[in-house]
Amino acid sequence: MSRPVQYNNHIKFDGIPEGYMGEGFMATNFEKVVSLARKNSIWPLPFATSCCGIEFMATAASHYDLARFGAERMSFSPRQCDLLLVMGTIAKKMGPVLRQVYLQMAEPRWVVAVGACASSGGIFDTYSVLQGIDQVIPVDVYVPGCPPRPEAILDGFLKIQDLVNAEGLRRRHSDQYKELLAGYGIQ
Amino acid sequence: MMQKLRRGGPEVMTNETIQQKLTEKFPDQLTDWHEPYGMLTFTVPAELNLKVLQFLFDDEELKFQFLTDLQAVHYPDNKGAELAVVYHLHNLVDNVRIRFKIFVDIEKPDVFSATALYSAANHMERETYDFFGVNFIGHPNLIRILNVDEMDYFPMRKEFPLEDQSRIDKDDEMFGR
Repeated sequence: MSRPVQYNNHIKFDGIPEGYMGEGFMATNFEKVVSLARKNSIWPLPFATSCCGIEFMATAASHYDLARFGAERMSFSPRQCDLLLVMGTIAKKMGPVLRQVYLQMAEPRWVVAVGACASSGGIFDTYSVLQGIDQVIPVDVYVPGCPPRPEAILDGFLKIQDLVNAEGLRRRHSDQYKELLAGYGIQ
Repeated sequence: MMQKLRRGGPEVMTNETIQQKLTEKFPDQLTDWHEPYGMLTFTVPAELNLKVLQFLFDDEELKFQFLTDLQAVHYPDNKGAELAVVYHLHNLVDNVRIRFKIFVDIEKPDVFSATALYSAANHMERETYDFFGVNFIGHPNLIRILNVDEMDYFPMRKEFPLEDQSRIDKDDEMFGR
């Protein structure tokens, strides 16, 4: 008997990782399981300084609902966060603050530069504005727009999920990653 | 005159009376009197700025005891007197405002600090130092306030371009570099 009202009937489940399955058990790669868990439970730290932050508020609110992607909980303590979302103009004087917030985050950590200002300084090509946050911290995903629509921010978030899923369990131990951080004078 | 509001007192403080009192006190030293939009404006020799401020502050009728604003202007073509420091004063009792300027050489931009007279000058002189490099003699803590500490120039001086000079990618015709 079908229900009178149908809703939520297009639920898409994340793919089951490759493995050997039998009755009541499954053997798979530990790395894949952890990646799956990580990518669907990212805790974002919104570092919002201007209009992109307002767009992010819309992204996190009910209509666009970032919580659908497992990012239900915004954390305002860098210690417990996985993803630093930098949204808005970063003045040069703010640069060391942003860097400190990044340093306080525990590995694994990812960074999204949301909007033109965080990515490149945007229209603020001036002596007081940092010309892109990648001058002080490494960035994983850039979201273009001035400001970007919530869809664009969600797309950037999905790109981060792909990264989290694809990259190894211990990215931080790779030589490439160490070299990148050393390039920023971190560690 | 626009500024003749006066509560209680019989005599009305006008721009003429202010100018008269100032010229009596500092004969032939104050120049360039004019009144744009009714606001009395004049120029003071740079070394007299504190004396004029003190007189305007202490005089029983003038009572300009509130420093509304203090900032600098860079006039690169005004050789030998490139930097103007502008004081805006307010008599809160009679609601009268005046403004005066001093001019200094950009090679030696020494100006006496008004911090002893107006506490408000502390922040504003620091900011003026930060952006124009005016050296306020006697300021208790003349260091950068709004710009990053590492900055090694004074960005509001006209010889420095507005754009961030650390960029190398915006070099095509669109950005004019």
